[in-house]
Amino acid sequence: MANKITITSENVEFLRKVEELSGEIITLCDQCGTCSAGCPMVGEMDITPSQMVRNVQLGITDVLDTKAMWLCASCFTCTVRCPRGLDLSKIAEALRQIKLRKAVDYIDINKLPEEDLKELPQIALISGFRKFTG
Amino acid sequence: MSRKKFPFYPGCTLKTKAENFERSGLAVTRALNLELIEPERWNCCGTVFSLTDDDLIHHVAPIRDLIRIEEMNKNGIVDESRVVVFCSMCYNTLKRANLRVKENDEDLEKINNLMYREDDYKKSIEVIHLMQLLQEIGFDKIKEKVKKPLTNLNVAPYYGCMLLRPKEVGIDDPEDPVIQDELIMAMGANPIDYPYKKVCCGSYQTVHEKEAVAGLTYDILTNAQNEGADVVITSCPLCAFNLDNRQKEVKKTHPEFREMPILYFTQLMAIAFDLDEKTYGFDLNYIDPKPILKSKNLL
Amino acid sequence: MARIGVYVCHCGGNISEVIDVKEVAAFAGEKSDVVIAKDETHMCSDVGQQLILNDIKEHKLDKVVIAACSPQFQGATFMRTVESAGLSPYVMEMANIREQCSWPHFDFPKDATEKAKDLTDMAIAKARLDESLKKKMMPIGKRVLIVGGGIAGIQAALDLGDAGFKVYLVEKDPSIGGHMTQLSRTFPTEDCAACILSPKMADVPVNPNIELLTYSEVKNIEGFLGNYEVRIEKKPTYVDPAKCTCCDDCVDVCPAKVPNEYEEGLTTRKAIYLPNPIAVPHSYVIDVESCLGQVPLACTKCFDVCEPGAINYDQYAEEINITVDTIIMATGFEIFDATQKAVYGFGKYENVITAMDMERLIVHGAEGSPLRATGNRIAFIQCVGSRDEQVGNENCSRICCMYATKLSQLLKRSDPKRDIYVFYTDLRAYGKGFEEYYKRAQGDGVKFIRGRVAEVIENSKTKKLTLKVEDTLTRNIIESEFDLVVLSVGLRPNGGTDKVANMLRISKSPDGFLQEAHPKFKPVDTLTDGVFLAGTVQGPKDIPDTVAQASAASSRAIRLMNQGEFALDPIMAFVHEDLCDGCKLCVEHCPTDAITVSSGIASVNEALCKGCGSCLAACPKDALDLHVYTNDQVLAEIKSVLKSKKKEQSRFLVFADDMTAYRLSDNVGIAKMSYSIDSRIIRIPSCSRITPKLMLEALKAGADGILLGESEEKSSPFPDAISTINSNISKVKQILRKNEIEEERIRFVQFVTVMLGGFVNNMNGLGDYLKKVRPISDKKRKKLGIRN
Repeated sequence: MANKITITSENVEFLRKVEELSGEIITLCDQCGTCSAGCPMVGEMDITPSQMVRNVQLGITDVLDTKAMWLCASCFTCTVRCPRGLDLSKIAEALRQIKLRKAVDYIDINKLPEEDLKELPQIALISGFRKFTG
Repeated sequence: MSRKKFPFYPGCTLKTKAENFERSGLAVTRALNLELIEPERWNCCGTVFSLTDDDLIHHVAPIRDLIRIEEMNKNGIVDESRVVVFCSMCYNTLKRANLRVKENDEDLEKINNLMYREDDYKKSIEVIHLMQLLQEIGFDKIKEKVKKPLTNLNVAPYYGCMLLRPKEVGIDDPEDPVIQDELIMAMGANPIDYPYKKVCCGSYQTVHEKEAVAGLTYDILTNAQNEGADVVITSCPLCAFNLDNRQKEVKKTHPEFREMPILYFTQLMAIAFDLDEKTYGFDLNYIDPKPILKSKNLL
Repeated sequence: MARIGVYVCHCGGNISEVIDVKEVAAFAGEKSDVVIAKDETHMCSDVGQQLILNDIKEHKLDKVVIAACSPQFQGATFMRTVESAGLSPYVMEMANIREQCSWPHFDFPKDATEKAKDLTDMAIAKARLDESLKKKMMPIGKRVLIVGGGIAGIQAALDLGDAGFKVYLVEKDPSIGGHMTQLSRTFPTEDCAACILSPKMADVPVNPNIELLTYSEVKNIEGFLGNYEVRIEKKPTYVDPAKCTCCDDCVDVCPAKVPNEYEEGLTTRKAIYLPNPIAVPHSYVIDVESCLGQVPLACTKCFDVCEPGAINYDQYAEEINITVDTIIMATGFEIFDATQKAVYGFGKYENVITAMDMERLIVHGAEGSPLRATGNRIAFIQCVGSRDEQVGNENCSRICCMYATKLSQLLKRSDPKRDIYVFYTDLRAYGKGFEEYYKRAQGDGVKFIRGRVAEVIENSKTKKLTLKVEDTLTRNIIESEFDLVVLSVGLRPNGGTDKVANMLRISKSPDGFLQEAHPKFKPVDTLTDGVFLAGTVQGPKDIPDTVAQASAASSRAIRLMNQGEFALDPIMAFVHEDLCDGCKLCVEHCPTDAITVSSGIASVNEALCKGCGSCLAACPKDALDLHVYTNDQVLAEIKSVLKSKKKEQSRFLVFADDMTAYRLSDNVGIAKMSYSIDSRIIRIPSCSRITPKLMLEALKAGADGILLGESEEKSSPFPDAISTINSNISKVKQILRKNEIEEERIRFVQFVTVMLGGFVNNMNGLGDYLKKVRPISDKKRKKLGIRN
């Protein structure tokens, strides 16, 4: 069944918030899909990166409950390819931060298996915690 | 002739799981008549550059490290204001933080104020990656140092993300990099050109999305193997971990997968320069590179 | 003694609802030299103009002042009015009390009325000193240079030649025809490109009015409308076209093989070759770069075999000098260099080709001699090098959607088994018949997929190509294999354009193509008089638009040349010969080389002088001056707007260049945006005309600050104005420093006409600052030195 959505000035608030945090003018995205097709993690995502941006453009806050933004590896492949010069990694980070700043962590360090913690190098753990915890 | 003294930022992982990167890298640079000096005190750079506009607190750590380098300069410990970094992630984080404060005095002022017990950062430091230093020395000069050419060894350069992207910190064309290929040729090996050389390995997703990262490892390594690669080289401890250790997970889903060694480029250089075997540090490599190297008469 | 009539306009309430127009008229009536002063509802109406005409006759007026709207708005109307009464059009002055007074200051009617009086007084002061100038008439002939022999240049040459004008058509390649010679068919009608082009090409050399100079390049252009001196270099072809029979014997024996540029390098040609099958002139040419027979004379195979003896190694480059009256730039485009987009692998992967390659493949395929296999699965990637900030080109190239639509259905129809995909971001079918053509391709089974391709990966064994792209309509990621990938490359400005454009001082728009004089009303003119644009030199366009524009450019050129003479505004530098000592400092400072010194006295070439006034500040003797805006006039204006200033009041002058700052101030007024009422705007052709001496005089006369507003460097009609202004300002600031007066009282801003907010901020910024630092003390004012 198709979703019905409404678009009100409150939606614009969310867009402005993400624009402010990311420093990107998100309305500039013309939805060409370059980011999605080049994304190394897109196969794991519930929505594509361009869909994530579209949701922000429309101010649909449900995007905060999608998995896509957490799967961004900050590899900047989309950043160097976006024909409109947008930095999607900043947009994804802004979305993560909106969640994390409400003290909602994405992963629980205590639940990581002991053997993983032993095996993983610091570089992985620190960057992972930086991205997934507040 | 006295050695030129560069400040050197190692980063956390080079002191532990990637100790072989530091060991081989320092040996190689010594062989090139450079002295890399680590600051007496330094802290973790934060590993990733914070991407939200309002977040300055996470830039404090990298800037504090740059203040340490400024101190080394002030005290005459080093000859250079360019700090050499081995780890691609540290390089990327330090360089981006440096760029941000250099372009934004207001941010720098705030960051300086947050570190009221430190000297202010004076913006005098440049951040460079070891690969850039090698390029500056000249690959022909490096070729002269090669005592044991890596003939018949097919080496796939893996660039990953942090050396190439975003463009303002990348050291080569993000879509068609060649700098490592040139280094491989200088060592007498065959560089393998393959499209996945710049595709992300999944980075820190390895903490939480092991299988997804293993999938990328599989794609990258099989692509390199299809083009005839014997080994893959990298300059990032996180890429190294994902490409090397995650082969264990790859094996589970792809039993036919042929394991292959992942090396730091400095390890290969140490071999080519015919340095003491102790500097190679193969004990820390997950997939043992010795068999293939032996088969090519390099050990 | 002047006899001035002053007219204050109500503008149907636009002015009179804020400003007490009767008070302003009464004020003006008190001024010396003013014979009559009236107010009227609509000065620009027939009634208003008739009023002026009657008064001129009845009261023997010799100067007219109209306090109304901006002179940019109705200036030309009132100039015609006074001209029709037998006066010089340059004895009419306007006080801008609408855009610069009643509109921006609508909240302060009392102060606005006071300001309106100042502005009217300023116009009266200037009018008193108005000279009875005439428009300068210059002769113009009927000779045109057309640079570039593509379809634009050909069309313009034929139009002008047929109309009886002498045309010099210069083409850098050995044949005319340009890119169109390479095309298979044209969209949306699918005419065979060569078939419709070749008769047009053939018409060129037989037209008695056209002198065709192929294999030639423009080396230098100097001069101005009616007198452009052009130096052209014609390269040797080493083949005498009169003797050459095109038998092809030379080609058979020539040993030097190079990539054939006409075939986009898909085939090779010899060092001696026919540029293309429909080449005009239809003659062979030796490409000296690859010929083995040139110095040292190692190979003479073609010479030996040529029966008519057409080959002559002793030809040399020829220098041709011509004088023309107008110039049409038709230097066209080049296709985007797809190697810049490494992610698509062009130049690296053998099965990635450009759309221009595909044009050639289709032509050869149709002739039954395919150049290479295409395979069955073919993908077109759109927007390669267009709409892409990663390669620095933001603009849409306009034709790629339609040529891809064309190529895809030509391929599909010639072999329906083919599976053809077009990956696009937006499909733009804006032209006549385009949408229908797109629909036809859809009906033919070409698959259009909305998504920009992220990357192309080659299988190194099979050489097949995998495309990664999001179908943005279903949000699926497509990873599919193709036999051939065609890059729909965009259009970039021809690399050779810059050189000629620089000679003619034509600026470029942000997309890199040449800038037209006005995007709406002067689309084929340039800001350089007598130079016009035709075709893709101005921006990407298709063939019909190119042809239409070429005809438009021809007609604009004819419009000028047919008059036999042209009018110049007399805003030009002139020399007070009694003061000139021939030092030549002005010569160096003139950006258009309009000043020469002979027998110890400078003189100004009125056709070259643009009236920027840069020379005025350079002259240590005050010998140089500017008609319409003389030193005496500007000084009188300055003094008149400062007269009413009260003690403890701050007031600043704004010198606004005609091209941008003045228009901008009008636009701000039109937008009813308000700004500091302490400002008085004085219109000048360029701030480079405001000498250090004038600035200091202004401060001495009571100004507390000065804002110089000028066009941004890239859009300025005066090439060196900015550096002149900067140097003038630094001289003034030096004197201020010495006298302990704040340097920030003098400000210089480069404007663009859309910067409304920026204008307001700058006005308020200075206004607020001056309130803070208080007026300059009388003691300090008196001490200001006024040496140049």
